[in-house]
Amino acid sequence: MSKGAQTARTSHPLLDIRRATKIFGAGFLHKGQGVQALKEVNLSIADSPPRIVTIAGESGCGKSTLANAILGFVSLTSGHVLYRNKDVASMNRKERSAYRRQVQAVFQDPYAANNPFYTMKHVFEVPIRHFNLARTRTQARDLMETALNLVGLRGEEILEKHPHQMSGGQRQRIMMARAYLLQPRLIVADEPVSMVDASLRAMVLDIMLRMRDEHGISFLYITHDLSTAYQVGDDLCLIYRGRIVERGHAAAVIEDPKHPYVQLLLDSIPVPDPEQSWHLEIRADDDEDTAGIPSRGCLFRPRCPHRMPQCSEQEPADYPVDPSGHEVACFLYERRGSVITG
Amino acid sequence: MDRLRSLLENHWKLGLGLAIVLTVAGTGLMGHLVWDVTRARVGSTELNLPPIWVRNPGPMFPKPDPTSPLGSDSSGRDMLALLIAATPNSLRVGVVAAGVGMAAGIFLGFTAGFLGGWVDNTIRVVADAVITVPALAVLIVISSYVRQIDLNNMAILLACFAWPAPTRTIRAQVLSMRHRPFVQMARLSGASSFEIMFLEILPNLLPYLAASFTGTVSASILAATGLEALGLGPTRIPTLGMTIFYAIKASAILRGMWWWWGFPIFMLVLIFSGLFLVTIGLDEIANPRLRGAPRR
Amino acid sequence: MSVLRIQDLNVHYETNRGTVVAVKDMNLSIESREMVGLVGESGCGKTTAAMAILRLVQPPGKIVKGTVWIEDTNISHLDKEALREVRWRKLALIPQGAMNSLNPVMRIRVQMADVIKTHEKRISGEAVQARIRSLLRSVDLPERVASMYPHELSGGMKQRVCIAMAISLNPPLLIADEPTSALDVVVQRRVARTLLQIKDRMGVSLILIGHDMGLMAQLVDRIVVMYAGHVAEIAPVKDLFTQPRHPYTCLLIESVPSIKERKPLKITEGLTHDLREQPPGCVFQYRCNHATEHCRCESPVLRQTTPGHWVACHRESSQPTPEADS
Repeated sequence: MSKGAQTARTSHPLLDIRRATKIFGAGFLHKGQGVQALKEVNLSIADSPPRIVTIAGESGCGKSTLANAILGFVSLTSGHVLYRNKDVASMNRKERSAYRRQVQAVFQDPYAANNPFYTMKHVFEVPIRHFNLARTRTQARDLMETALNLVGLRGEEILEKHPHQMSGGQRQRIMMARAYLLQPRLIVADEPVSMVDASLRAMVLDIMLRMRDEHGISFLYITHDLSTAYQVGDDLCLIYRGRIVERGHAAAVIEDPKHPYVQLLLDSIPVPDPEQSWHLEIRADDDEDTAGIPSRGCLFRPRCPHRMPQCSEQEPADYPVDPSGHEVACFLYERRGSVITG
Repeated sequence: MDRLRSLLENHWKLGLGLAIVLTVAGTGLMGHLVWDVTRARVGSTELNLPPIWVRNPGPMFPKPDPTSPLGSDSSGRDMLALLIAATPNSLRVGVVAAGVGMAAGIFLGFTAGFLGGWVDNTIRVVADAVITVPALAVLIVISSYVRQIDLNNMAILLACFAWPAPTRTIRAQVLSMRHRPFVQMARLSGASSFEIMFLEILPNLLPYLAASFTGTVSASILAATGLEALGLGPTRIPTLGMTIFYAIKASAILRGMWWWWGFPIFMLVLIFSGLFLVTIGLDEIANPRLRGAPRR
Repeated sequence: MSVLRIQDLNVHYETNRGTVVAVKDMNLSIESREMVGLVGESGCGKTTAAMAILRLVQPPGKIVKGTVWIEDTNISHLDKEALREVRWRKLALIPQGAMNSLNPVMRIRVQMADVIKTHEKRISGEAVQARIRSLLRSVDLPERVASMYPHELSGGMKQRVCIAMAISLNPPLLIADEPTSALDVVVQRRVARTLLQIKDRMGVSLILIGHDMGLMAQLVDRIVVMYAGHVAEIAPVKDLFTQPRHPYTCLLIESVPSIKERKPLKITEGLTHDLREQPPGCVFQYRCNHATEHCRCESPVLRQTTPGHWVACHRESSQPTPEADS
């Protein structure tokens, strides 16, 4: 980006998540301590250049909670989600509306994301109406057509049909088209391809890449599938039990994982090559079933092959691995004087 | 043709139920075109006439008269005319009571389900309280206290006890739909709460609401008939329940005048069966899992 | 003697708007101690085929043709009683989503005892409990699991309980329909390890239905690839991945994103024909880059190219059979 393109606005990151914490089910009327879905999560997405930031982790790790907090569906127990330095939780109606224009979403289940009562046209008409994107019917129709063409579909074959008449891949592409319609700065894609057939996933992921390159839209790509994260992600953050345990450029993290949990994850991915063994015969102590959640110290300690006495005392902070921004929350990488705070 | 046939096959309960209910309503509403309804008034015919097909009525009763094919009661009302006059009245009470009750139920159920919080808690507590009140007992007390009650007042009274059940079930449906992805999508697209409730959620609940409505109509007619059979209904307006009341009062059972109480009961059975089939049929549309063949 | 032999299996679904051919002319045999993977995308007929083997196909589905042999018994013409004996004793099924279908209000040992006692009526309570303990051990679950409720267990543990229930009567054949699809990658490896263990220790043959080619590559001995109800290719797992012959197999293998190197994404169209209308000729023609006129007229038959490697593709049969050694 040239200097001339920088304005005062770009001095703030597009999205800044600070110490986001969410505990479900705690409080006056509930028994017990509740479930900690997010713990002190810090994440920053720059205004430009557009990037695909991947949040990866297994189910229940808190990544969807993070997405919901960003979209305003869930309120944080503590911490803030700042959009261009404005706290999302304290936005008034007008600011919230502007926020929705800038930050859109694509959800996991392409069938459930559609109201079965209406045809597919409905999914475009509602935002067009609310954000006054078109003044006449023809204008609206043109907008829909452009958005659909971007994802490789045509209006005449889609708009008058009902959700159940389309395939999963088509429905998800329509959701991408809908998000694109609003010309947002950021699209939060929560597991967009996990319910789409394997051979059709590439099509949806390719749309993400094209939107980034040709239209300058950033993505927050949430997934449990590290292979797709590797293929399309620019940056990658791995979450374990609500904490980010490793982050950096996607290629760097996957090719050279530092955190023991990330190493375990990558080892467990079955490679479609019978020659490269999965090493099933090696017994590992990694059963999360028998491991409990420690109340103090590093959350991964019970399953970690490298645990040290220090790990049961305190939680590790984020330590840098190299200057490129690759950080790891593990005492193995602690070097005095280079701890990252915040 | 094929589609029509498969439509009828798949939804035969709804079709049959609608046919029955419409026939019953039709005879009531248009019966006056084929039969003189003024004969429902006292003294229109000879007293105690048995229906026309009875061969040997016995010594207590006069011979059947073709002008009263279904017989007459001990005040000289022609049964056929009485049925034609009474049926629409009985139906009307049910429909009005259910209509008012459902309207309240939809409004309160949606508000409670969607807004949550203290609004939800208040509505829920009140609805639960009203449900536990024995409706028939209260209605009997109120009706016996009021001297002259007409059909519309009766309907409103019944509606006061008909609203909690729809409120609770609609609230439950709204709660289950509230967190569906398509509602979140609508929010992201800028829709307001009102729009989400009535433009997104309500259309999906239409078959369910219709089934709830017919079920409430059925329950209201039953309650109204119960009150009338006890003598607490409108005395000047012919209804099926009041006919039964007069029959009991005049010892029609002991006297063997089965046609006096039999035909109103037959009409009621038809109405309830028809409404029941319609309710089940609509339920099947609302919930595809109830349909016979599994969907893949 | 094969553990399972399927001959000419054809299953149709009669819908209001036409007949869907869910499985067409399926021929397959499974040997003892063999794990066979049944692979294909949604709608290819793999679950229907599994249901058809057990005669669990519900209307509007119908088995229009075909025989199924389990060991030396022809089960296609058995009556209900005899079929009940076969199910669970000779052939056990772990359906999709089994782990979510455990009875939430019964302890695990009660549910497992249920299965055992239904099929072995004379067994004593002692023996049942002993067998439950031994079954839990064989799936690497601690004994205390027996007194727990399903909601107290993790997804992986629940799935292993389902596996234990399936092998409780020592069947020679087990069908597992997408046993790990809902599980995370680390847990998946654990459950996969359990499946391999029961194959080795108990001599059970397995049919593993799934769509994850990576999982198949690591776990099974042979793979059957299905497309739109037809069997496209059958081969030993190494042969399939080093020399995939059917264009659809190539497509499936290429769609698996690699964790080892960054490659450009390979984009393909989805199922392009309506399953109600079988095209004349090869069922894959609309998606195939190598389709010829011949492919559009005549449907290819499954033919053996190298030993154990069967393909239904005209391209293959027109080429000379490659040498057996390579």
